Amino acid sequence: MRTRNLTGNTAAVMPPPPTTERPRVKRNTKMDVCGLSVWYGDKQALHSVSMDITENEVTALIGPSGCGKSTFLRCLNRMNDLVQGVRIEGEVEFDHENIYAPEVDVVELRSHIGMVFQKPNPFPKSIYDNIAYAPRILGQVRKRTEMDDLVERSLKRAGLWDEVRDRLDAPGLSLSGGQQQRLCIARAIAVNPSVLLMDEPCSALDPVATATVEQLIDELKENYTIVIVTHNLQQAARVAGYTAFFHLGEIIEFADTDSLFTHPREKKTEDYITGRYG
Amino acid sequence: MNSQVSLSASRRLKRRYRAEKRFKAYCIGALLLALAFLVLFFSDMIRQGHSAFVQTEIQAEVTYNKDTVKFTQESVDEDIAPLISRAVFRAIPRRVENNPGLMGTTQTVWLVANSDVDQYRKGHNDRLGSQDLATLKRLQANGDVAYGFNDGLFFSGDSKIPSNAGLWSAFVGTFYVMLVVLAISFPIGVATAIYLEEFAPDNRFTQAIEININNLAAVPSILFGLLGLAIFINFFGVPRSSAMAGGLTLSLMTLPVIIISTRAALRAVPQSIRQGAQAVGASRWQAVRDHVLPLSLPGILTGTIIGVAQAMGETAPLLLIGMIAYIPEAPTSMTDAATVLPAQIFTWAGMPERAYVSLTAAAILVLLSMLILLNATAVVLRNRFERRW
Repeated sequence: MRTRNLTGNTAAVMPPPPTTERPRVKRNTKMDVCGLSVWYGDKQALHSVSMDITENEVTALIGPSGCGKSTFLRCLNRMNDLVQGVRIEGEVEFDHENIYAPEVDVVELRSHIGMVFQKPNPFPKSIYDNIAYAPRILGQVRKRTEMDDLVERSLKRAGLWDEVRDRLDAPGLSLSGGQQQRLCIARAIAVNPSVLLMDEPCSALDPVATATVEQLIDELKENYTIVIVTHNLQQAARVAGYTAFFHLGEIIEFADTDSLFTHPREKKTEDYITGRYG
Repeated sequence: MNSQVSLSASRRLKRRYRAEKRFKAYCIGALLLALAFLVLFFSDMIRQGHSAFVQTEIQAEVTYNKDTVKFTQESVDEDIAPLISRAVFRAIPRRVENNPGLMGTTQTVWLVANSDVDQYRKGHNDRLGSQDLATLKRLQANGDVAYGFNDGLFFSGDSKIPSNAGLWSAFVGTFYVMLVVLAISFPIGVATAIYLEEFAPDNRFTQAIEININNLAAVPSILFGLLGLAIFINFFGVPRSSAMAGGLTLSLMTLPVIIISTRAALRAVPQSIRQGAQAVGASRWQAVRDHVLPLSLPGILTGTIIGVAQAMGETAPLLLIGMIAYIPEAPTSMTDAATVLPAQIFTWAGMPERAYVSLTAAAILVLLSMLILLNATAVVLRNRFERRW
């Protein structure tokens, strides 16, 4: 098993061993990725990756820079479609529907699969409008009172309500970094998605703000399926139920977080989590 | 050993500081030279042009009756008549028509002097005959000669009588032309830029378009005049010399400026805003309309103003489409023959009379102040609304 080469597409022929032994819990599979390959121009970034994402769980993607974990994440809501010269093969099922099927409306899809970015990117509008924008353009909410409720609910869920309730008209950019990131989370959940993708959501935040966001992620998994890319191994260990280790565009190991961190099956995983490279 | 190293390092450091100081001095020198030229140009224009903003007026009795309405020269004293501008006499029938009560009366009013008198008083002319000179001296002694503000400079059209020549028709022409330029190049330019920046795939075809647009901005303006002549006037039959023809031709020049500056403004909006919008389910167009455009609007407007200001000062292409004509009456529609400010300056610069020299300088000052005003607006817009990330 260890002789598997790192660049070839052997995984397509032979499914990566770890995935076959991954713990099956009673939880449902929310997203099922099957043989996903991505090319940026001539460069292949993902080599036929397969993975299940469990409902109402946090799945962490770890690995050294350039290993394809962000690429993988951005395939889950087709944000990679926006990249010039990208080619994507394979299937990503979301509630048993292939999101790369031609009849899928990408705009509709992204309202079901929300995304939070590495750097907080609130719109340069008021806090209220940051939340209200998406429900408004998607036509989900029409009445002002309903919108007020939705804004309050979303901010409460993101744990930001108490800090901003008196200044909903203040610009979103006037908040601190951590608050901005929670505002972005509130903005993402306002359209009521079932999956939240987070691309290193805490890498631009200080430790206190990071702790707040991590706690928030823990609470959010009650209602949402969360996939989080992180460079911070402790963070993965703290928040994630499952962790996948990516290396050079392949999943080396995918297991529940406890066993991955305490008994890694692969040498590479062990090297990485013990800090020997990455 | 150690001290030696630090010694040579300090020597090198001194040399570096000297080089830096020298470089700074060159830059300041260049700046001062540029400033000096600017000051020289402005002071020369002001020196020559300031006198055109005032005009000599003579107080005299004007008699309105049946004869003087016909032979208007006789309405004032025959000594004084040769000192008065022909434009004054020309206006007498109209004045009576507008105000019939004047008929049969004699009024003491201030009349615009002709340019010979005006230039004499401004120290330029010796064309005044000895008899007229004596009359003028007498009037001056009585306090019947004074300077008044030359409102004709702003409110009357071009004229072959220098004391009556003004910029009004050029103002109106410029206004019409700029209207056409704005109406055409703003929407087309902004839409093109949005397409190229936000929607177009990055392939050979769009790259070729981009290169061509950038080259278009560097094409000599006279060529745009030829193009306008061939296409708009000869092919589409737009009337010659009209504001429409001028506006269309100048639009060709303004378009690349607006496209390039709009693209720069759009590019300045960080990608994270577009991604954030699209990640919550906005379509590409919604992301552009709701987030990118509002953020880049100040930049787009700044670019547009600069483009329009550039078009406003443009003369060469207008020469070819006949906008360099003698236009005494302001145009009343887009298809009337019109002139614009720089073309008016060009016309006046070629007139033989001394009075037109200061009129030309005055017109240059007016055009310059309008351009400075426009550019200042652009700068204020940019500074007030510019957002940095």
